[in-house]
Amino acid sequence: MMQFMLLFSRQGKLRLQKWYVPLSDKEKKKITRELVQTVLARKPKMCSFLEWRDLKIVYKRYASLYFCCAIEDQDNELITLEIIHRYVELLDKYFGSVCELDIIFNFEKAYFILDEFLLGGEAQETSKKNVLKAIEQADLLQELCAFLSPSPVMSTLMCLCTDWLPSLLLLLLLLLLSTLHAELLSAWHLFLCPEHLTLSLFGGGGQST
Amino acid sequence: MPAVSKGDGMRGLAVFISDIRNCKSKEAEIKRINKELANIRSKFKGDKALDGYSKKKYVCKLLFIFLLGHDIDFGHMEAVNLLSSNKYTEKQIGYLFISVLVNSNSELIRLINNAIKNDLSSRNPTFMCLALHCIANVGSREMAEAFASEIPRILVAGDTMDSVKQSAALCLLRLYKTSPDLVLMGEWTSRVVHLLNDQHMGVVTAAISLITCLSQKNPDEFKTCVSLAVSRLSRIVSSASTDLQDYTYYFVPAPWLSCKLLRLLQCYPPPEDGAVKGRLVECLETILNKAQEPPKSKKVQHSNAKNAILFEAISLIIHYDSEPNLLVRACNQLGQFLQHRETNLRYLALESMCTLASSEFSHEAVKTHIETVINALKTERDVSVRQRAADLLYAMCDRSNAKQIVAEMLSYLETADYSIREEMVLKVAILAEKYAIDYSWYVDTILNLIRIAGDYVSEEVWYRVIQIVINRDDVQGYAAKTVFEALQAPACHENMVKVGGYILGEFGNLIAGDPRSSPLVQFNLLHSKFHLCSVPTRALLLSAYIKFINLFPETKATIQEVLRCDSQIRNSDVELQQRAVEYLKLSSIASTDVLATVLEEMPPFPERESSILAKLKKKKGPGAVSVTDLEDNKREGGELNGGGDRGPDTSAMAASNASTPSPSADLLGIRSAAPIGAAPTSAGSLLVDVFSEAGPAAPSAAVNDDGFLSSAPPSEDPAAPLSEADDLLNKFVCKNNGVLFENQLLQIGIKSEYRQNLGRMYLFYGNKTSVPFASFSTTVSCPGELQSQLNVQSKPVEPVVEGGAQIQQVLNIECLTDFSEAPLLNIKFRYGGALQNLTLKLPVTINKFFQPTEMASNDFFQRWKQLSQPQQEAQKIFKANHGMDTEVLKAKLLGLGMALLDNVDPNPENYVCAGVIQTKGQQVGCLLRLEPNAQAQMYRLTLRCSKDSVSRRLCELLAEQF
Repeated sequence: MMQFMLLFSRQGKLRLQKWYVPLSDKEKKKITRELVQTVLARKPKMCSFLEWRDLKIVYKRYASLYFCCAIEDQDNELITLEIIHRYVELLDKYFGSVCELDIIFNFEKAYFILDEFLLGGEAQETSKKNVLKAIEQADLLQELCAFLSPSPVMSTLMCLCTDWLPSLLLLLLLLLLSTLHAELLSAWHLFLCPEHLTLSLFGGGGQST
Repeated sequence: MPAVSKGDGMRGLAVFISDIRNCKSKEAEIKRINKELANIRSKFKGDKALDGYSKKKYVCKLLFIFLLGHDIDFGHMEAVNLLSSNKYTEKQIGYLFISVLVNSNSELIRLINNAIKNDLSSRNPTFMCLALHCIANVGSREMAEAFASEIPRILVAGDTMDSVKQSAALCLLRLYKTSPDLVLMGEWTSRVVHLLNDQHMGVVTAAISLITCLSQKNPDEFKTCVSLAVSRLSRIVSSASTDLQDYTYYFVPAPWLSCKLLRLLQCYPPPEDGAVKGRLVECLETILNKAQEPPKSKKVQHSNAKNAILFEAISLIIHYDSEPNLLVRACNQLGQFLQHRETNLRYLALESMCTLASSEFSHEAVKTHIETVINALKTERDVSVRQRAADLLYAMCDRSNAKQIVAEMLSYLETADYSIREEMVLKVAILAEKYAIDYSWYVDTILNLIRIAGDYVSEEVWYRVIQIVINRDDVQGYAAKTVFEALQAPACHENMVKVGGYILGEFGNLIAGDPRSSPLVQFNLLHSKFHLCSVPTRALLLSAYIKFINLFPETKATIQEVLRCDSQIRNSDVELQQRAVEYLKLSSIASTDVLATVLEEMPPFPERESSILAKLKKKKGPGAVSVTDLEDNKREGGELNGGGDRGPDTSAMAASNASTPSPSADLLGIRSAAPIGAAPTSAGSLLVDVFSEAGPAAPSAAVNDDGFLSSAPPSEDPAAPLSEADDLLNKFVCKNNGVLFENQLLQIGIKSEYRQNLGRMYLFYGNKTSVPFASFSTTVSCPGELQSQLNVQSKPVEPVVEGGAQIQQVLNIECLTDFSEAPLLNIKFRYGGALQNLTLKLPVTINKFFQPTEMASNDFFQRWKQLSQPQQEAQKIFKANHGMDTEVLKAKLLGLGMALLDNVDPNPENYVCAGVIQTKGQQVGCLLRLEPNAQAQMYRLTLRCSKDSVSRRLCELLAEQF
């Protein structure tokens, strides 16, 4: 299981951190400082793996950015190297030839993509298409949300309600709204993923071999 | 600005980030951040309700500030508000904030959990995934309490979307890791295993991580996953590179899933089902074959993914350790990688080979790569790769290549990185000791080690070389010669001076014949280093000097001169001053005889596990496979420890023990506990004795001060048994060899063996003094009814035991019928005119005549029931006298002589044993059951024997043992 992933620049500035084990902030800072220093001190042709405490560090540099993962003793170094690469590919595809600035200004997106790809330190979905589809759906959903449920109306309604309408009425109204909402969403969902069928087909094909 | 800004960008956030990036100095940045924090605080506290967008923007800014490395202690409430919003963008940012900045405020957790609960039940897959991601990211105990039962349901429900299943599987894994007690196995477990068959590759990829973790903890419950995993793997491995569409990565089909499948299989032994096993072997062979095929792409991603699977497959092959063919193929493959131009591959190949070297099937194959590995050690530019090479050399070392490997490691040490020197030194020291065929090589190696890397040679290493030189008389002369030569170097390391001082002090006489190393030359050489050394080394040298006075009387005047000078006798260091004063006094008043006794050659050290090994283990931690392996080999391989037959206390004892070889494990155990004259550095205690002996007062008076001897009446009648005789007896119930008795004069060692109803016991009487024992005689008697139960015959011993010598006596014992008393051994001798008289109990107990009996559970309980008469059973409940460690208990029960039966008692905590006592007249069947209660620190011991007196006696004897 991956214990954490750090993205930092050649200048040693941390750009992204993801921790899959509970650690105190102090400990996280200490680890980050130590690792950034260790990795930056290494020369370009050196190998991408090193032993550190009782963990294995796998890192790779992409342009000005270092991607550094800590994995456990029994984990596979090479596949972790490719996890890094796949993540870079995902970022690249999403932002369109990604650069450090994209990650700085859209750090939240970088997190969302990472969460779709890795969860709890394990690969969740390794298909590039599927990860990006999930992210794009979420992006569409944002626009959809903005379009469907105009929040000013909602909030004024809520203010009004809490003032003088009985709460039961409010509840009913909300319920109605949310079911409508959900149904519309799932309709959109189906419409948005025509590949869904092909996917299951290919799964079946795999089984027959 | 970013190339794309998908979703709704937050202008305020982008502006803030630009501002920060434009800051010229750290101070300006901090100023800007503080300004922003103040702004956000006031917005959050303000009366005006913030709209969702602003809240989101500010929470994002807080996140950004946190990621810059600043502490954030507010905003959690606003984040929770956001995640309860049903606007997706707000919810998403709320969840992100909570995931990154977890806060253990319980009120907050309650609110978060509420929001998560709503989202989980929303039936909206996107919301469900967000909630699951949050649980997986935070994974706190509170969350486990709230959702541990809910998530398995989501995972196995038929109508759950695939993407939700994936998140649920990994979310559950996280909860299981943090709070395994809250994730209860249930009806869902079997359905989880079947996710391995899921049509959606993503679901399998996610679920397999969960299954792997669960099957590590409950292998039996998940056993079915083996065949499922094998068939899934086989389908992937045999698929064409395009079959799996987007799960194919640079022409490699599903590399992540393949690795995870191979990893899962490593939780289990090789499949028992022949068909499954055949299929798996086929897979592994295909993977090995593919490694030989030309690459389908020049991209490094292609080869990485392919090799990731290959290395995982090799790990599985090593884990099984049962397919010689595959092991050798794996080794050859790794051998190719050793010379690959990719540094990463060389590193991994060295690492994998380390584990391969410990398999008996592939050890030889690994050894063929020795030249490449040595080359790697010399030429690799990356220290982490060199470290791997050194590890591998250590792992592949055996008798055949030890000299070469040790030489290479030594030469590498001269240039090795400081970070790994100490570990290298330990490894060299261990290999040199373990594979030493001739000891001169060993001594050379260690002295070289000190010369090359003296600063990194820890105490353990130089202690060890001295222990070995002292214990092996064939190497002492060589050692003295070599250290003498090594000390000639103008600058030699302090550790070398220590070893040199010690060895010349002990064995300098062995090279004193040569005029080039005459006593005085030796002394001058040592003393020339004296002033450059630290206090402990100087102390050691002073002890070496006093030993010189004994070895070479001609140096006495010179040395006394040195001791007498102010820098010694008035040294500001108390230890040095005391030594100088005492040694000076000792050298002037003691007679040569007394000096010879006090400054006698050190007795051999007790054999024990090399302290170096222990140190390396501590340094390396659990990763060091080769170290444990080394330990296993130690008994057969430890030539140096072959001296284990030797007793540590007197050299005479050692000689006689060596002539009657025996499994000496027990001996060693006790010996190390026996008092041992330590290095000359602790000569203080010796001095006390010497002065009292050397004084004009009657020596016997001085000796009679000793508590024990004065209590023994100086009469010709056998003394009453010692008060501690029973304790001594109890010590030997579960073992046959050891030191029976020891005081300042005499040591009695015992070694015994029993077969059927007969036994033979060897008694070793060692004279610990330098004065002969006169009129030495021993008698063995069987008091009372024992006479008719036990027949003990002894041969008379020689009447004189010379000083420092040891004599042996053999007793033949025959058990006629069962007995409960112990025979008595009376020893009389004259020491300096005073009669010594003592009586001991000989450790002959009824259990010595046990024959172990193996039986199955049914037999045991059938017999147990047959012995159901009340007098046949003896039971005792008693408090534990010693620790309740399982291994120790087992060893004791085995030592008792009965067979220890596994899988008989339904309670695995309990021990049951069975055996038959062989006497001349009859056989007595005995069954034993010992029930420990660790909580109360109590035992219940039950014995059932076909003869009631035996039950009682065994029960008495055993109750003292645990």
